[in-house]
Amino acid sequence: MNVIRPSFGPPPQGFELQELVAKVAVGDHDAFRTLYRAVVGPVFGIVRRVLRDPAQAEEVAQEVMLEVWRTAARYRPDRGAVLPWVLTVAHHRAVDRVRYTEATAARDRRAAARSQVTAFDEVVEEVENRLERERVRHCLRGLTDLQRQSLTLAYYQGKTCREVADLLGSPLSTVKTRMRDGLVRLRDCLGVGG
Amino acid sequence: MSSPDLHALGGAYAAHALDEPEREAFEAHLVHCEACAEEVADFAATLARLAAAEATPAPPAMEERTMAAIHSLLQLPPAADPADASGPGAPDRLARRLRGTVTRRWAAVGLAASLALTAGVGAIAIDQHDQADRAQAQTQQVRSEQARFAALLTAPDARTRTATAAGGTGNGTVVWSQSRNEAGFLANGLPPLGVDRAYELWFDDGGTARPAGLLHGSNGALLLDGPLDGAGGVGVTVEPATGSARPTSTPVLLFPLTTHGAAARQPSTARTAGHEVAPTGVLPASARVGTALPRPTGTAL
Repeated sequence: MNVIRPSFGPPPQGFELQELVAKVAVGDHDAFRTLYRAVVGPVFGIVRRVLRDPAQAEEVAQEVMLEVWRTAARYRPDRGAVLPWVLTVAHHRAVDRVRYTEATAARDRRAAARSQVTAFDEVVEEVENRLERERVRHCLRGLTDLQRQSLTLAYYQGKTCREVADLLGSPLSTVKTRMRDGLVRLRDCLGVGG
Repeated sequence: MSSPDLHALGGAYAAHALDEPEREAFEAHLVHCEACAEEVADFAATLARLAAAEATPAPPAMEERTMAAIHSLLQLPPAADPADASGPGAPDRLARRLRGTVTRRWAAVGLAASLALTAGVGAIAIDQHDQADRAQAQTQQVRSEQARFAALLTAPDARTRTATAAGGTGNGTVVWSQSRNEAGFLANGLPPLGVDRAYELWFDDGGTARPAGLLHGSNGALLLDGPLDGAGGVGVTVEPATGSARPTSTPVLLFPLTTHGAAARQPSTARTAGHEVAPTGVLPASARVGTALPRPTGTAL
């Protein structure tokens, strides 16, 4: 039986998480609880950030955790660490939900989008105001305005490139390029990969 | 769209910001572009750092709800994709993984899937549009209890019997195979129990109840503990969540394991056969297996 950690105790990392996923893949409920506690904070955090509505966020975050349970056998350690895998699922689900919700209120979109033009820098501001997020803040600051705005609108608000281009009044191809450039710079600043 | 154009889409792809046609075009490109696949993996890890910086305590009640839900949620088997053999970084696999989707290459589903879906095992899955995946989960090998259950369903001499639960809410199906010397149980919408209670399964060994496993929840599939060993029936009672050594309550489901009547491979027949089984705690004398089970003292079936 796995040791059950308190929710905010030292989280399992690296290989420990991979071992947990391997156990979850064969139906180990105790391992799933440990994994749940290790990743649910970031999962709920990013889902809530994208959705803004705590009730919807809880629903989607739970879906994400069930997806992790369901697809654990498909996780491949040689293709990336556990947390990015889980958070990719989480972000994808959150964005899908946002787009679905927005599609059902399509006629309001234009007006809402207009107000978000002025809101995008607040998104960055909110990140910046949190001490424990120093590193991300530092690296986001290292981006050009267009890189940062493109990435934060897409990642934190679930905007597509096309919507970002409309919001920023920039050519679509420029937005796509800036997203990639921005991520390269962010990757290097955060020391991700090689 | 030209290759250089596609090359530039890695960032937007990792951020889930591409329109559907572009996403598909980029994924097709990923299959042939190892550098793109690596870049996308790095971007995913980079964006995960942004997500992790947003970490927020989740509502406490969510944990138990999630733990309860997995009891009845089938797990997918490992991807049976030839691309797996190509080793780390196979870009098409990477693309699928990043999208959280699965391959759909497996052969048509057989009895296991059709019976399981008929019995409602699939109904608890979270993706309503994911029936094929659930069916696949039913047909794969020994990676999970559900898979072993599916294997049992494919035994040449597998038999099934379905009965409606006492009170008329939900039903259960027993599957058994003399050659495998195993039995399994499928629950579909049984009355919900408190967290301190569970459904306990029993083998009827000539009138003696032998514990055969616990089901925490209203839905799910489990392989019964221990060998069939000629048991004459299977019963289900409500017990404390940790289980009891002997039945302590009136059975909600009873299944005589006779070889006539319901046969495997015909779920609809199994359903009909269920009507032969006593649906309530008031047992007809003909329900051989049930004659002793209802006794609250529960020392014998």
